[in-house]
Amino acid sequence: MQSQNNSSNMQVSDEVVINIKDMNKWYGNFHVLKDINLTVNRGERIVVCGPSGSGKSTLIRCINRLEVHQQGLIDVDGIELTNDVKNIDAIRREVGMVFQHFNLFPHLTVLENCTLAPIWVKKMPKKEAEEVAMQYLERVRIPEQASKFPGQLSGGQQQRVAIARSLCMSPKIMLFDEPTSALDPEMIKEVLDVMIELAKEGMTMICVTHEMGFAKTVANRVIFMDEGQIIEENEPNEFFDNPQSDRTKLFLSQILAH
Amino acid sequence: MAINEYSGVVNAGDLPDKPAPMRTEGIVAWIRDNLFNGVFNSVLSLVALAFLLYTIPPALNWLVFSANWTGGADACRANPDAACWPFVTARWEQFLYGFYEKSERWRIDILLAILAFGIVWLAIEKMPLKKYMAIFMLVIFPVLAFYMMFGTESALKGIDSTLAAHAASGEFAPLDPLRKLLRIPFAAADLKTVETSQWGGFTLTLVIALSGIVASLPLGVLLALGRRSKMKIISLLSTIFIEFWRGIPLVAVLFMATIMFPLFLPKGVHFDQLLRAVIGVALFASAYMAEVVRGGLQAIDKGQYEGSMALGLPYTKMMRLIIMPQALKIVIPGIVNTFIGLFKDTTLVLIIALFDLLGIVQASIADPNWSIKSVPYTGYAFVAIVFWICCYAMAIYSRRIEEKLHTGHKR
Repeated sequence: MQSQNNSSNMQVSDEVVINIKDMNKWYGNFHVLKDINLTVNRGERIVVCGPSGSGKSTLIRCINRLEVHQQGLIDVDGIELTNDVKNIDAIRREVGMVFQHFNLFPHLTVLENCTLAPIWVKKMPKKEAEEVAMQYLERVRIPEQASKFPGQLSGGQQQRVAIARSLCMSPKIMLFDEPTSALDPEMIKEVLDVMIELAKEGMTMICVTHEMGFAKTVANRVIFMDEGQIIEENEPNEFFDNPQSDRTKLFLSQILAH
Repeated sequence: MAINEYSGVVNAGDLPDKPAPMRTEGIVAWIRDNLFNGVFNSVLSLVALAFLLYTIPPALNWLVFSANWTGGADACRANPDAACWPFVTARWEQFLYGFYEKSERWRIDILLAILAFGIVWLAIEKMPLKKYMAIFMLVIFPVLAFYMMFGTESALKGIDSTLAAHAASGEFAPLDPLRKLLRIPFAAADLKTVETSQWGGFTLTLVIALSGIVASLPLGVLLALGRRSKMKIISLLSTIFIEFWRGIPLVAVLFMATIMFPLFLPKGVHFDQLLRAVIGVALFASAYMAEVVRGGLQAIDKGQYEGSMALGLPYTKMMRLIIMPQALKIVIPGIVNTFIGLFKDTTLVLIIALFDLLGIVQASIADPNWSIKSVPYTGYAFVAIVFWICCYAMAIYSRRIEEKLHTGHKR
């Protein structure tokens, strides 16, 4: 993988797609997210990193309401996240998500996994949905697996199916929640390659990951979180070469040590 | 070479595949490994073998070899120490139809034929239009079966009197066109009423068991979803319902349905006794079913919910398309277990004077013409065999469905 930062050739527009303002979240009495402020512009590739338990997954899961925030404002593409089911559905249709454990549907074939949401949520005709799904399966380079079941694929292949499944809904934003953490080392690259391509096509991405190489190659901004707070936020070169806070320095020294 | 000197290993990695070693198979090896692999197991095997030798030959002898297959009561009386199958052949019509009017039994024949046809159709793997067949068997067939068994006479009368009343009063009733449409098949069939008190035998067993099976699965699914609901009141009501029905014996349910329930009805309101019993059995079974289904729901990974929600699937679609198919698949053994239990529990209707297969056989045994020592045993053996065949068929069917739904390794 290139270690050079080549994110300069990817466009970021001025249009704000995600606006998080003074957001707080508790699990019971435990304050998981503290005063989060974050704006994301269209075309941005943001990498969120931090020690485990720092709230990074919870943060991105709040964006499509898999977790409910108790205070503050989250605005996705002009729609405010409230308890209104209509808004939640509208946002979920525009935001794709890829999970650490893939969360493919094991009782459906790869193709059916990909066509399910377009058919049942977008009311797309079955044939059209299958054509779209095959296009995306080709893009993630596994069209030949379309009729297999997820349980018959390797981890890397499953994760690529999961990415294709999300893309079939033509989302405007993609969230990645540690997409490579559950993979064997030799399969990480095939998934990262797909993600890099996606970034080059201008997809807005927020990615929780420990792949610092990916962050350097693709991200235009790196966010470091600890204990529910955003500690540091910078462009990748500055972030890695010239970290400001002590916690960031400690974290980087720990993950880059070996 | 010094002991701590390590030179590393480089392997060309071109070892050929070797055939697997000979497996120790064959009857002798199997017997040695499984029956006589130790003193204690050897003793147990010998005891079991002795027990089988002691019981099986006489049983087979009684049931088959020295049994009376032909002749009548006299032949059985002459040979009372073996099964008396002529008793079954002489009575099989009653065992099958109960006291159903003789001239109308063709109606049951047709229904049994449709039922057998439908079950075979659904059991064969490669049959086309399975979905429509399943819908037909689950939705249309029960309605058809009810009117064919009960007759269309009274339904026709009801429709005609309603229509006449509306015509006389000049009242506009929006459902009248529907009534007129329904009248056509009822009038064409023109089947005379056979009261449910005349239903009996294996037919009655099937009526109760199949109604219970068809009703308890959807009810059980709803109750299981209700119990897991985030809405407290729904969850509470479902839990109360489940625990109530699970907590009382089926015999008590049947007694309540027969004796107590009519006390609560206003005077003059008639509520068919068989229907009451069927509802009781169905609700009883649905409580068990609910807990089986809930077990399946609990086995579904949280990620499946999150994956569905992230794709924007609303709750009902998520449940219908993603969660339920997986949950039900996991609990097929439990579901079939409940079905089999339900099927056998139908024999309890005997105590509220409904004559199912067991009931009618028991009643026939009392016939003085057949007061032969072997007849009761033969009757009960016959009932046992019929029940075993039905239950084992369900077990085989469930195993086949499980194999068919197996989609590779789970993560």
